[in-house]
Amino acid sequence: MELDPLILSRIQFAFVVSFHAIFPVFTIGLASYIAVLEGLAFKTENPLWVKLSAFWTKVFAVVFGMGVVSGIVMSFQFGTNWSNFAQASANFLGPILSYEVVTAFFLEAAFLGVLLFGRDKVPAGVHLFAAIMVALGTFISSFWILSANSWMQTPAGTELRDGVFYVTSWSEAIFNPSFPYRFAHMALASFLTGGFVVAGVSAWYLLLGREVEANKKALSMCLWLLLFIAPAQAVLGDFHGLNTLEHQPTKVAAMEGNWETSRNVPLLLFAIPDQENQRNLYEIGIPSLASFILTHERDGEVPGVSAVPVDEQPPVAIVFWSFRVMVGIGLLMIAFAVTGLVLRAGGRYWRTGWFLQGMRFMSIAPFFAVLTGWFVTEVGRAPWLVYGQMTQAEALTPSLTGGMALFTLIGYIVVYALVFSAGVYYLMRVLYVGLEDRDEDEHEAERPKRPFSAAHVPFEIEHESGGTVGTAKPVNEGGH
Amino acid sequence: MELFDLPLIWAFIIGFGIIMYVLMDGFDLGVGILFPFAPNEEARDTMMNSVAPVWDGNETWLVLGGAGLLAAFPMVYSIFLPALYIGVFLLLAGLIFRGVAFEFRFKARTSRYLWNWAFAGGSTVASFAQGAVVGAYIQGFETANGVYVGGALDWLTPFTVLTGLGMLAGYSLLGSTWLIMKTEGYLQQWAYKITLPLLLAVLVVFGIIGVWTPFVDEMVRERWFSNLSIIWILPVLTLLCAIQIYRSVRDRRDGMPFVATMGLFITTYLGLVVSRWPYVVPPEYTLWDAASAYESQLFLLLGLLFVIPIVLVYTAWTYWVFRGKVRAGEGYH
Ligand code: HDD
Ligand code: HEM
Ligand code: HEM
Repeated sequence: MELDPLILSRIQFAFVVSFHAIFPVFTIGLASYIAVLEGLAFKTENPLWVKLSAFWTKVFAVVFGMGVVSGIVMSFQFGTNWSNFAQASANFLGPILSYEVVTAFFLEAAFLGVLLFGRDKVPAGVHLFAAIMVALGTFISSFWILSANSWMQTPAGTELRDGVFYVTSWSEAIFNPSFPYRFAHMALASFLTGGFVVAGVSAWYLLLGREVEANKKALSMCLWLLLFIAPAQAVLGDFHGLNTLEHQPTKVAAMEGNWETSRNVPLLLFAIPDQENQRNLYEIGIPSLASFILTHERDGEVPGVSAVPVDEQPPVAIVFWSFRVMVGIGLLMIAFAVTGLVLRAGGRYWRTGWFLQGMRFMSIAPFFAVLTGWFVTEVGRAPWLVYGQMTQAEALTPSLTGGMALFTLIGYIVVYALVFSAGVYYLMRVLYVGLEDRDEDEHEAERPKRPFSAAHVPFEIEHESGGTVGTAKPVNEGGH
Repeated sequence: MELFDLPLIWAFIIGFGIIMYVLMDGFDLGVGILFPFAPNEEARDTMMNSVAPVWDGNETWLVLGGAGLLAAFPMVYSIFLPALYIGVFLLLAGLIFRGVAFEFRFKARTSRYLWNWAFAGGSTVASFAQGAVVGAYIQGFETANGVYVGGALDWLTPFTVLTGLGMLAGYSLLGSTWLIMKTEGYLQQWAYKITLPLLLAVLVVFGIIGVWTPFVDEMVRERWFSNLSIIWILPVLTLLCAIQIYRSVRDRRDGMPFVATMGLFITTYLGLVVSRWPYVVPPEYTLWDAASAYESQLFLLLGLLFVIPIVLVYTAWTYWVFRGKVRAGEGYH
């Protein structure tokens, strides 16, 4: 059987970008949280804030590291697997991605070093400044990359001539129709991710009765934030959907699982889309609600998937179900945020076992919402790469063979599986150690007393260093 | 109507970005290559601490190289990457392992030796792959209508294996001279000790590459043996740098070996550039053929003129924050 390089490249891109995506959403949210903690520490000089900040910075370092290495992979994917697309869209994407590098990546990278390693080397104010710069960098980064992606969804300000896009208006291309919605939706998604993870971890510590004072503070802070942004995300998502209805009606049709363009369309709670026969099986829905949500009229007209030829349709089932998972999680988030508010009466929010257990499990929910959200956006645009102008098949690298694509696909899966399991493992370690044993743990890790090396270390020091044994002794005041 | 020769300006900018990358990531990759040979585990801690705060910024120059090529010379981007498909994967896999090793190694205890290997192996593979890219560039690419049409492993030849080894030796030398500058005590003595053998290795491999290159490609031969004799100053300067490395190591001057090694890299790099100028996708396309639209090059250039100086300033500032010798046990958060 022939291996199809197109399918394999799509799987590979979906895999590497999904893998990458889970780290930024967390680092964007967490970077802002750390900046806030650093700010509080600077202003109040309360050691509690330093403690929290130092702890979350450690988590941040691991997640950020994985974000960086998986991001470097992304910036070469366009060339390795989609070189026709790279060639065609370079006039727009090239400058945008380059601006991302010079305005965001350098900023993040430079100040990250100071944030992680510089607490003893720079004044407190400068350390705070570094934290703010890292947080700012993550936002600038999402600005550019989401502009690039939004342009592929709703291309504007460009003109296709002889297979190459030329920019006719930079402002129209950068601020293309879906960009403001996507940027805002993604920013809130990042805050939700950061918020739910921090809240979940704090809840877990509270369940164990560890560092109650600090964790209570952290949980309370997060719950206030979530109370505002969880509902805001739903409202914003609605606007986002209305905008999509205008520019990519087929995608909305797939999200609703609606095959024929019609009025009084129900909001489906359950269905099994059957692409082959262009219909749904086992529909359960609320009458007319989809029409009402999308057009704000009970008998408004909703587009159908069948309006476009079969070979221009996205795979409906993936889009339909991903959308339901995302919205479901969004509603669950609102429920938890509101419950938190209710439990504030009498200060029960940090002592109610079932609520803390729930928050603990909610800490992984945002990642599913983010991934399924992207599945809606990206799969719903298929078979187009640049909506209405260039298909995925046209974009593929001509010299790419199925064998090559399979080789790298397996390679990335293996590499990422190793890195991801190790990353999760070390994150768990950091979380288990928690806030309180910080000093002890760090010194432990730094002393050259690890089982592996202990056996031969002393000998070699004596041997190699000659008269300078003094400097070879571990200096234990290192960590802080 | 086109006021400036933008592709030419862009060639300089990209060229600058590439050498920045080679010098900056070169020394931290070199530290990784030397990692398994370090005297002991404590020395490895110090070695890693000496690059931990800056490696991410160093690697960002590679990302800029990629994005900058896409912006200014999309044809280079969309021919090199497909042609080097497998090599690029190896490069990225290497960078992934060494990148996460920074974080994981410090948090590991019993599994620490695994991350030593990840760091060393990743650095070695990535360095070799970069050297092979240089070799592939000298060899040239099989193209038709601006698209790569060769096979998956065309880039892998005895010549590119040799350039890969050359890069390994060169980065190791950058790494060892960096350690001379940034460390003290027995670790520094060790770095001093290995620097001269590494220098010798570099001279031998670079020498063979230099002699071989003109035979790989006719055009390169003509360039060097035509009447453009001024360019012979570059190999002479390279040799002078090598002598300077030798003398400063002998005299135990902490900073100079690193500076002289950078000089050696810069002159070699310029030698490479003059060999192929103005072809960016040899043997067919020049930098003017490969350029993107004038408006796109201009749009990005205007921004870069403001931003790059700022980037350089705060990059220099972070190096300044972490100036001085790195001591054992110091520095990690
Ligand atoms: C909304 C956010 C977002 C999205 C959709 C993407 N990224 Fe990303 N990326 C970031 C947000 C981000 C970040 C927050 O800026 C990261 C995450 C961790 C980090 O170090 O920076 C990052 C890191 C990062 C890096 C490493 C930067 C460095 O060296 O410091 C590269 C090269 C990319 N990304 C490239 C991409 C590409 C080509 C993407 C599209 C396919 C992409 N990212 C999607
Ligand atoms: C970061 C979050 C993102 C996620 C989770 C994501 C997810 C996906 C998925 C699942 C696909 C596969 C669709 C299919 O094959 O049916 C895809 C395709 C694609 N996406 Fe994204 N995407 C993200 C961001 C981006 C961005 C920012 C860009 C560009 C600037 C981008 C460019 C592409 C391209 C070029 C494809 C085509 C390859 C393909 O169809 O597999 N994506 N993405
Ligand atoms: C609660 C109600 C929500 C609604 C109505 C909603 C609506 C939408 C819509 C319509 C899209 C697709 C837009 C397009 O492709 O053109 C989308 C995408 C997305 N959603 Fe949601 N969403 C909700 C909740 C959430 C939550 C809670 C998260 C994450 C924490 C999230 C994360 C995302 C992401 C990452 C995308 C892809 C990027 C984008 O296109 O903006 N959403 N959402």
